[in-house]
Parts: sequence; C-alpha cells; structure tokens
Amino acid sequence: MEKGVKILVRDLNLHFGKNHVLKNVNVTIPEKKITVILGPSGCGKTTLMKTMNRLTDIYPDVKVSGNIFINDEDILNTQQDITILRQKMGLLSQRPYPLPMNIYNNVAYGLRISGRRKKRYLDKRIEHYLTMANLWDEVKDRLKESASRLSIGQQQRLCLARGLAVDPEIILADEPTSALDPISSQAIEEKFVELKKNYTIVLVTHILRQAKRIADHVVFMYLGEVIEQGPADQIFNHPRKRSQNRILKDCSISILHFAFCILQ
Amino acid sequence: MARFRIGRHLRSRIHLVWMVVSLMIILLLPFILGIGLYVKSILLLEEKSLWELLFSSDWRPLSGNFGFLSFAISSLWVTALSLLIAGPICLLTAIHLTHYAKKWVLQIMHPVIDILAGIPSVIFGVWGILVIVPFISRYVAPIFGIETSGYTILTGSIVLAVMIIPFILNIMIDVFKMIPDELKEASLSLGASKWQTIKLVVIRKAFPGIISAFGLGISRAFGETIAVLMVVGNVAKIPTGVFQAGYPLPALIANNYGEMLSIPMYDSALMLAALILFCVVLIFNFLSRILIMRSEKITN
Repeated sequence: MEKGVKILVRDLNLHFGKNHVLKNVNVTIPEKKITVILGPSGCGKTTLMKTMNRLTDIYPDVKVSGNIFINDEDILNTQQDITILRQKMGLLSQRPYPLPMNIYNNVAYGLRISGRRKKRYLDKRIEHYLTMANLWDEVKDRLKESASRLSIGQQQRLCLARGLAVDPEIILADEPTSALDPISSQAIEEKFVELKKNYTIVLVTHILRQAKRIADHVVFMYLGEVIEQGPADQIFNHPRKRSQNRILKDCSISILHFAFCILQ
Repeated sequence: MARFRIGRHLRSRIHLVWMVVSLMIILLLPFILGIGLYVKSILLLEEKSLWELLFSSDWRPLSGNFGFLSFAISSLWVTALSLLIAGPICLLTAIHLTHYAKKWVLQIMHPVIDILAGIPSVIFGVWGILVIVPFISRYVAPIFGIETSGYTILTGSIVLAVMIIPFILNIMIDVFKMIPDELKEASLSLGASKWQTIKLVVIRKAFPGIISAFGLGISRAFGETIAVLMVVGNVAKIPTGVFQAGYPLPALIANNYGEMLSIPMYDSALMLAALILFCVVLIFNFLSRILIMRSEKITN
C-alpha cells in the first residue's frame, strides 16, 4: 500500500437482498486527514462506512465482495478476530445511542471488554477521554447517572468519548451532527479538526457546507457509485480534466447532486 | 332535499350513538364483573375477615370454615414453576429468532406461535393426561425415589408452561425487535463480541419488556383452569413439594360451583376465590402494561 494511505477499498460490491447497494467502489482514504464521503441520502455512503467496520456482518441478508485494506490487512477476507479489528475504529452514528448504563460505564465499556478492569486505571482513562470530548466539566459530578438523561449534544460527545476510549486509529462518523443544534454541531466539527492530528477520520455527510469547512479529502457518491474523489481543494475549486464523455456524464450528475445538497 | 339531509344526519347520529354504547359496554365490563363478584362475596366477608380467610388452610365447608391458603399456595406453586420452565425457553428462543436466525425462520415461527396460542386448553389437558402424567409417574418421580400417581404440581406446571409459551414468546420477540440496530452497532464497534453485545446491552435494554412479558405470562397462568384442573390432582392440602397434588383457585371454582351450593356460604366463598383471582390477574396485567409502555418510551 502507498505511504500515507490508511484505508484502501478495491472493487467493493454489496448486495442487500436483491438491491445492488454498492457498485464497484474504489476508494483511497489518506492517513491522519478528514475524508468526507459526500452524497444524497440513500446513495450508499453509510453502508460503505459500515462495511469498513464489518458492521454489515450483523445483517444476514447482506452479501459483500471485494477488498478493504486497512494497514495492509484485507479485513473482508481475514482470519483475524473481527472484534479486534473493530476496536481500531471508533464509530459515531447519526443519532447518539448511549448504552443502557450510566455515564461512567458507557466510557468504561470498551475498556472492560478488552480486559482493562482496574478501577484506578479506569477512573483515569475515563476522565481523560471525557475531557478530550469536552464533556468532563459537565458530567464530572454525575458519572453514576444514566446516560440517557444527558442532552442530545452531550450524548453525542459521550459517544465520541466512548469511541476514543478503545484507542482507535480511525474514527468513522455517520452524519454525526444531523441530530444536533448548531452550537453542538460546531463543537463536534472543531473537535474533528483537532483530532485529525492523531486519527484518520472518515465523515459521512450530505451537507456540502460541512464538507467544505472541514474536509481534506472528498469522496463523492451517487446511487451506489463513486463519482469523484480527491483532495478537497481540487474537488471544490479545480475540478480535474477528464475525457469528454466522462465530463459530460459526471458533470450532469454532479450538478444535480450539488443542487440537491444546497436545497437541503 | 331538506328531508333527505335531515334523515342522513339523523342516521349518522344514530350510528355514532351505537358505537359509543358498544365502547362503553366494553369499558364497563371489568367493573361490572368486579362489582358482581364483590357483592356476592360480601356475605362471607361480613362474617370473617379477609386476613383470616386467606391465611387459614382449614377448608371444611360443612362446618363453615373456608380457609383459602392451600388453594392460594397451590396456585402460586403452579404459576411460579410454569414460569420457571417457560421463561428461560422463551428468552433463549426470542434471542435466537431475533439475532441469530435467518428471516424466514421467524416468518415460519409466527404462524406456529399463533397456532399454539389458539389450541383450546382442554386439548392441552388431555395431552397432559396422556403424555405428561405417565411420564412423571413412570420416569421422573422414580429418579427422586418418589412414588406418585403423576397428577402433581409439576405435571400441571409443565402443561401450563406449554400453554403460556406462545404468549410470552410473542411479546418477547416484539421487545427484542424494538431494540435499535444502531445500539448493537455501537457495542460491536467498541470491540464487543455478538454474545457480549446481547448479554450486556440488548438484554439490559430489553429488561423492562422481558419482565412485563413474564408478568403477562403470570396473569395467564394464574387464571388458567381446565388444563391444569385435569392434571394437577385437586387435593385441598398445602403442597410441600412439586411431586404432590395441588388444588389451584381456578380449579376449586370450576370443580365446585353448581354442585355444592346447598352448603351455606359455599357460593359466597367461591365468589371470593374468583374475586381474589380477578384482582391478582388485574394487578399483574396492569403492572406489565405500565412496564411495556415505559420500555417503549425508553427505546424511542
């Protein structure tokens, strides 16, 4: 694998029942940058992201073929324990889904599962990660309270802390701001920009402005296909030259697509 | 024209009245039932306190002693034991159906469950006599060195367990289906295995629903009459083990009502038994409903 590439998707096809959801997807995701997967609802971007985490395994009707290389390991065709692979990736979903337990245990969950159970160690790690997610000051006096009592914005930051706690290399975020108010959204975006120093971030969104604000690298999807990908600057400001045919085809789709995003 | 319109309005009015009346009848039914039972049982309650009746095992109707304790305890034994048998089976089945099995298995299971729920209880009773009673007396009891006819608390509980399984299972499947996929994904993405996710997250999230499924199972089991009556032995004595005969409250009512009414106060005593049954079932139903509503609110 080339240097600086964290995730490499090759010829990925995914069928959900009779639907061909992902069609020959080839994507390169650079290390320690924010890669935004952009596209209208239902274009397969969330599915692509879940495939990177092998979360598609839990749906018996899903069939996947192709390769996804993470650190040179083909995670779709590997003998390695899938739970260890998943720990390398923190997941942030559209709406926060705190686990049905208190705030402390939400963050401790992943640590305990990987065998780290000492109370003093956990206390320290939990403070560290809650601080990292800018949540510590708000919850330090109520760690034993149920996580569902927190506001949505706080819950999303808790989910971020929970994901960071298992010490991942990659953060997968699926429209993580779509259920949040503007201020909480901004907080999450700023956090991502800060986090990219140490983590590879894959962000799924349908909001063009959000992509423009924080993306380093952009993958454009439409109806299950990757239409265009590359550095954000090139995609947004200097669309590269291509053969006549493709330009015509791509432009019409891209224009449609932009219109769609702006309308949203 | 004007007359036609009045006629039409009048007609829709009349239909509305009928609908409201039907609705009222259904709403009032439980109250009417409860009041009827209370009025009938008040005769006995005026003579003896409820406490005395409930906690005495002296059942000698001829001398006017109506102690319900042995019946109440029989009912508790049978209900608890049947839940102990049916509960784990339902829980494991529901988890497998919703988390491991292919979709078509669940599609097959739904009609199977409905058929099981629709079989008349007397058939379960006959099946109990033909299969479970000899099975208990010939194979199970000898293991423990006990000699029995096979008409025991355990027999009744097994038959009852089979009968309440469809009801508990149905609710549990719904409860497990309500758990959002994203919650499982969250747990998996933190490195939990599938079983860890089910044990630590899914079951915990579904807990109120599971309890309420058991609650509805209890209220069904507590009131079930014919099938239990046929296999449980019907001896008015406090049972001290599962291989003894029992005499649950519903069986008491079904066996004696209409036959022993020449004895003074007997019908009042049976009505009181019915009232107790009614209240217990009502309370369990009510609590289960509250829990279901609460768990729906949480998952939403």
